[in-house]
This record gives sequence, structure tokens and C-alpha cells, in this order.
Amino acid sequence: MGARVNAVAGGTANWVDERTSIGGFVKFFARKLFPDHWSFMLGEVALYSFIVLLLSGVFLTAFFVPSMTIVTYDGPLATMQGVEMSEAFASTLHMSFEVPGGLLMRQIHHWAALLFTAAILTHMARIFFTGAFRKPRELNWLVGFTLMILSLAAGFSGYSLPDDVLSGNGLRIIEGVTRSIPILGEYVSYWMFGGEFPGEALIPRLFTMHILLVPGLILGLIALHLFLVFLHKHTQYPGGGRTHKNVVGLPLFPVYTAKAGGFFFVVFGVIALVSAVFTINPVWNYGPYDPSPVSAGTQPDWYMLFIDGGLRLMPGWLFDVIPTEWELWGYTIPMNVLVPAVIMPGLFFGFLALYPWIEAWATGDRGEKHVLDRPRNVPVRTSLGVAIITFYVVLVLEACNDIIAILFHVSLNDLTLFLRVAVFVLPVLAYLITRRICLGLQRKDRELVLHGKETGRIVRHAHGEYVEVHEPLDEHERWILVSYDDIAPLEIAPEYNDRGVRRKGYKWDRFKQGLSRFYFEHRISPVTPQELEEAKHAHH
Amino acid sequence: MSTADKPVDHESTHGDVPDSFEDPGLPYHRPRRADVDPKAANKAERQVAALFGLSILGTILALGAYFMIDMTGEIASIRFANMMIGLGIFLAMMGIGLGAIHWAKTLMRDHEMVEERHALRSSDEARAGAIQNLQDGVEDSGLGSDGSGTSRRGLLKGSLITAVLAAPLALLVPQIGNMGGQWNTREFAHTMWRQGMRLTRDPDGTPIKAADVTIGSAFHVIPDGLNDLEHGKIEAKAKAVVLLIRLDPRDLKIQPGREDWSFDGIVAYSKICTHVGCPVALYEQQTHHLLCPCHQSTFDVADGAKVVFGPAKRPLPQLPIAIDDEGYIVAKSDFHEPIGSSYWTRLKNTSDGLSGDTEGGSH
Repeated sequence: MGARVNAVAGGTANWVDERTSIGGFVKFFARKLFPDHWSFMLGEVALYSFIVLLLSGVFLTAFFVPSMTIVTYDGPLATMQGVEMSEAFASTLHMSFEVPGGLLMRQIHHWAALLFTAAILTHMARIFFTGAFRKPRELNWLVGFTLMILSLAAGFSGYSLPDDVLSGNGLRIIEGVTRSIPILGEYVSYWMFGGEFPGEALIPRLFTMHILLVPGLILGLIALHLFLVFLHKHTQYPGGGRTHKNVVGLPLFPVYTAKAGGFFFVVFGVIALVSAVFTINPVWNYGPYDPSPVSAGTQPDWYMLFIDGGLRLMPGWLFDVIPTEWELWGYTIPMNVLVPAVIMPGLFFGFLALYPWIEAWATGDRGEKHVLDRPRNVPVRTSLGVAIITFYVVLVLEACNDIIAILFHVSLNDLTLFLRVAVFVLPVLAYLITRRICLGLQRKDRELVLHGKETGRIVRHAHGEYVEVHEPLDEHERWILVSYDDIAPLEIAPEYNDRGVRRKGYKWDRFKQGLSRFYFEHRISPVTPQELEEAKHAHH
Repeated sequence: MSTADKPVDHESTHGDVPDSFEDPGLPYHRPRRADVDPKAANKAERQVAALFGLSILGTILALGAYFMIDMTGEIASIRFANMMIGLGIFLAMMGIGLGAIHWAKTLMRDHEMVEERHALRSSDEARAGAIQNLQDGVEDSGLGSDGSGTSRRGLLKGSLITAVLAAPLALLVPQIGNMGGQWNTREFAHTMWRQGMRLTRDPDGTPIKAADVTIGSAFHVIPDGLNDLEHGKIEAKAKAVVLLIRLDPRDLKIQPGREDWSFDGIVAYSKICTHVGCPVALYEQQTHHLLCPCHQSTFDVADGAKVVFGPAKRPLPQLPIAIDDEGYIVAKSDFHEPIGSSYWTRLKNTSDGLSGDTEGGSH
């Protein structure tokens, strides 16, 4: 039996290989090594939730009607009987309550979308804090960044499709933001909506964007993302035997085929469980879109909260005297909309996209980096990351200000006033505190290397002194704590040469030096063998 | 695990301490229970098989729920069936996933291996070859710079670049031109309201008598005839919705130039927020404040709907009203400024709207 199977498999393999030379690929891929760490799963979660999105999405397209033509509801839902609604909304109700399993598929699709964006951002944070974006992975950081932006586009375009009152108000906000853009805004709004808001073109257009354009781009970029992962080989955490020149891990086949393949089913299983038990986006409670009603507690899906929070945070009048909507030479420039919804996201995303280059200028390092940083060992980067996250969280909180105000019995206005200050103060505080924590942890590491671990054993010396016995680290433990790059601030050539001629590019170098000082002025160097020797002698 | 004698090494080589620590190499591989104990291995195998078995049960549950539960009619039974199918899928997926991972973690060989990385940079030879190939190609194309005929090649390059830059216009102009539907941004400045048009209740369209509007009450209002529109009903509604509120006339601060826009404490304001266009739907009777639930812009109805808090800058536009012969509330004109969120040419539209509409709305 085994022999028969082997013969058939061999024959098939031969047939395929003679037509595709797949043998070379299998040889290359099958035993490719991947390092092991739980944080490497975050990107996988994103990939797998995208696959779940594709699977459930195909089902939904079989029933969804992307049309804004008005129909009168006639279905099993008593509360909607006789209500006028778009075909998009009616078909959403139909697939939820008349197609067996349809509601489940909608919920799986929506939950998977929330997980998709969450996993991408968490994955991105992991890449950021461990320095995995450094050479040679800067391009792949950009690919991943673009995927993050596309995931927001995919999420928002899908969220708006059911044409319910909540998402419809979200679209109206988008229209308001679009119109606020100087000179072009009004025309861009007409172009998007096919005329005046809401028009009849939007849902069909969003549908095409949602099921073809955006997922097509995501699919292509995922392929590029993974290709580059294979090309670069995966990064690894520091440890004995792990260098910038090798990769230590377990083979793709069979270990990661089972682990990563199995993990797909785990992600799918968790999404299915959550979708079976927790209702999300019950559009049948909201009702079809109508420009007049809106309810309190109107929050978009979580990944749009930071922009909504910005819109809530920005005052229309500064200190009740300075307007933030400007009227200049007869034209209107609504900075109260532009700042939070256009300029802030532009700077925020721009900084993220460019970050690998900003740090490369600061280090001046040109080498390939394949061993990850422990976040404490790059205090400034880690603190910047925490400051950015703090800024983001303040905006998310502000987007939930009405809910927080009700839950905690605080004044909505006071909360907003507080967060208007907090959005500037808290990130700075977070930066300073995180930097202190990082430096403290680094000092603790030095302490451990120099004096060993506490054992809890107290001994009394002959002369009566009590001391706790410290056990020196073994060389593997020590290696993790001492094997990081100790980067000194950049030294640059002077502005004038011997003959007093000003050299070109001095200003750019000054900028890089300033950046480098910002990063590496305050640093804790790893213990050297010399220091360890001295510490030992001091003990004896 | 020969770490204990490492410090001794250092002691012995005292005076010749290295500049940096030495990489100790890969740590010793610790065997798992299933690696050394066949019983543990067998147990792990049974656990994996049980998890795969659980998956099969899950599939049966999902199929059972699909075929057995009656899903016609009752909303509750439909939702129950959805939940059971979902739980079935959960078990079906989770069983496979956990089984495979457990297998990998307990039974598959877990000796870490080492692979060398190679610099990504191409070899100098390959780079030189690439440059040579490109140069050859440039030469073959006739664009090479061998001294003669530069003007002809310049013409070629120039015309090619111009053509390539211009060609997208052939595609984009008709596409973008049609996608807008229309480009007349003055539409933003006008709504359906006309002189003499009755204010009616949203959504049923019944007219409102001044006597119906008691002090402290608020009505959500649409223009009379909106519900009869064949086309553009929702677009018209998106601009024309109004809130009608009656205050105690002593509380109402009448705005200069708007002395005849209200009637005995009854005022009408656009319901569309001047921030980004949400409906300003929440009215606080005690404070006379209108609150936009989207971003909490707060407007004081007693004082010209001016902004008292939040991100909006401008007051809500006021709709001038009067009472007709039968006692119904009617509009005196369209709004005198564009409603809703701000945009570049808003002030230009304002003057147009003002002159066009006070004369009875001809555009």
C-alpha cells in the first residue's frame, strides 16, 4: 500500500516537475527556517483574517444588491414592515433573516474585518518596537504601511455598504471633510458621490471598490510582502548563536506547515465563535439611511475612531475668540475640519511611513540588521512609539466621549476640555516616563550581568557581615543582556576645511547629527568583559 | 551548560580581557517529555487525534443545525440556527487548528537549525553585467549618445514623453467628467425652501400650525411636497431638514436684521451641522441648546443658534418663517446662506443665494 502511494506520488511529482520545474522551488522552500516567537504570529493573524474575509465576502456578494433604488420592505422583520429603504439595505436584511447562515456570514465578515485592522496595527507596533524595519526591510515596511492604509479603506467602504442610518451619517461626515479641502474639495465631493450627497451612485461605487479594487491591491501587496519576507529571511530575537549573518529556527515543512497552518484554523475558529455569540452592527436596529435622524452614541468602527476623535476634539473657537474656520479673501478654509481630518492623519501616517529613514539618518548605520532589538535597548524609539500610541489612544477616547461621559457620570464638555490638553501633554509625559523606564531596565540588566542574580541565600562572613549570595548569570543569559549595539551620536566633518572653504551638505549633516544626539545622547552602554572582571575583583 | 567554569576562564586569562563578550553559540537542546518517554508520545498522539475528532463533531453540529432547525419565519429561530452553525464552525476549525499545533509542539522534531544569510546586494559582476545590458539596449534603441544626430533623438524623446503624459487625459477626462454627475457647486447654496412653502412634520409631511407648537417643544421638519418628489428626494431632504422650536419670547434674543424671521418665539434652524454635516438632532429644552451627536457641536437656539461648544464655528442657518392665512407655519424664503459644512467658495455662494432667493427663488 505504502509503496503504491509512493509510486503514485512520485509519478505525479515527476509529471508536474517536467512541466514546471517545481522541484527547485520545493527544495528551496520546504526546509526554509523560521525563528520561533509568539510575536511573529501577529502578522499571521492579519493574513488569516484576510482569508476569512475573502471566504465570507464571496458568500455575501451572492446576496447583496449594491443599489440605492428605493423599495418598500416586505419581509419577516416586523419592525421594518412597510419602511422605505434602499435595495442595499433591504438585501442586507434579506441575507440576515431569510438566508440560513447569512447573518452568521455577515457577522464573521464584520468581526474578521475588525480583527484584520487590529492585527495589522499590532503587527506594525511589534515591527516598530523591535526595529524590524531597519535595513534591508525598509521597503517591506512601506508595503506593510500601504496594506494598513488599504485595510482602513477596505473596512470603511464595506462598513458603508448596508446603507443604514449609522454608516450613512459616517458618509455624510466624509462628504463634509471632502468639501473642506481648499479649491478642489467641492469637485472631489461631486466626483465621489456622482453629484449631490448622497446621490444614487455611491453604494455601487463603494461596492466595486470594496470587492474588487481594494482587495485586489491588498492581495497583490500581501504577495509582495511575503515574497520580501522570504527574500530577506525572517528576523530573530537576540540569543546565543543568533547573528546578523544567520537565521536560527525550525523548518517550514513540517513544523511551520503544522503550526502556521493550524493557526489559520484557530484564527478562523475564534472569529466563528465570536460571530456566533456576539452581535455586531445590527443594522436592523438602526434602520435605513435617512438624512434626518441620528441617535446619540454614534461611533464608527474602531479603526476610524481616531479621526472621529480628532473631529470632536478640535474646537471651532480657540478660547472663544479665535475662529479655527478662516475666511480669507472671500474664501473659506475650515481648519476646524482640515486639521483633525486631513492634516493630522497626513502627518501621523507620513511620520510612520518615513520612520525607517528617520532612524537610519540618526544612526548612520549602513549594515543589514537581522537581530531584533529589545525595546529597552533603544529607549528613544520605544518612547516615541509609546508617545504615538498615547496620542492615538487620547483621540480614540475622545471619539467615545459621549459614552464615557454617561458611563462615568462626568460632564461631556469637561471631558473634552481635559482631552484637548491631554492630547498634547500625555504623549510628552508618556515619552519621558517610557524613556526613564527603558533606562532603568537597562541599568537593571547591567546590574544582573555585573553582580548576578539574587539567590535569597544570606550568609554571614567571619567578621559578622551579612550578605546575600548572588549567582552569576550563565553565558547564554549574559549574552542576551550584553549583545546590543552601543551607538554613539554621529560625529560629522567640520563646516569649513583647512582652507576655510565651506563644504557642501554641511546643513544636512548637522540635521542628522541633531537627530542622532536626540536618539543616543543619553544611553546606557552594555557591560564589557573588562567591567565584569573589575566587578568580580571588587567582590572578593 | 558548562557555564560554571566560564568565569574561571576569565580569571586565568586575566590581563588579557577581550573587548567584547563572545557569542556562546546555540543553547543546549532540552528534550521534551515525548522525545524521551514513548508513553508521553503516545498520549500526545491520542490528544491530537481527539482534537481532530472534535473538529468532525463540529462539522456535524453545523450541518445538523443547518438542516434540522426550522429557519422560516421566526426571527428568534433564525438567530438560534445562526448561532448553532457558528458554534459548529468554531469547533470544526478549532479542532483542526489546535490538533495541528499540538502535534507540531509535542511530536515533531524541534531541534533548531541554522541557515546562513547572504548579502542582498548583487555581486559586482552581476551589477556590471546589468549596466552593460542596459547600455547595449539604449544603444540598440538609437537613443545612445554617440555624438551625431542628437536633434533627431531629442525629437524622439520629447515627443514620446509628451505623448505618454498626454495620453492618460484621453482616458481620464471623459471618466472624471462623467463621474461627477454635475459640477455646478452653486447647488450647495440652495435648498428646496421657497416663499410660502409650508413646514411639515418629518416623516409624514403633515403641516404644522403655530398653535401646535407649544413653548419648549421641538419639531423635526421637512418642506411641504418633499415626499411627492419623484427624483432627488433624499438629496433634497439632506439639505432641507429643519428644526422648529418655540421658546418663551422673553428668552429669545432676536438677531439684528432678523426681526421678522421668527413668530412669537417660534424659530426654525437648519438641522444640518455647520461642522461636517451631521443632523443636529438633540434638543435640550432647559438650556435651549441643540447638540450634534456626532461631534458634540452645541448651538444656543435662544441666541441665534450660535456655537457655545464643540468643533463647529458658524451658527446654524436660520429659516425665516411666517404664518399663512390658515394659521400654518410657512417659509418666507430659502435659507440666506448655504447650509451644512463649510467649503472653499461658500461665501461666494452666499451672496448669490441671498439675492436669488429673497426675490422668490429663481435659479
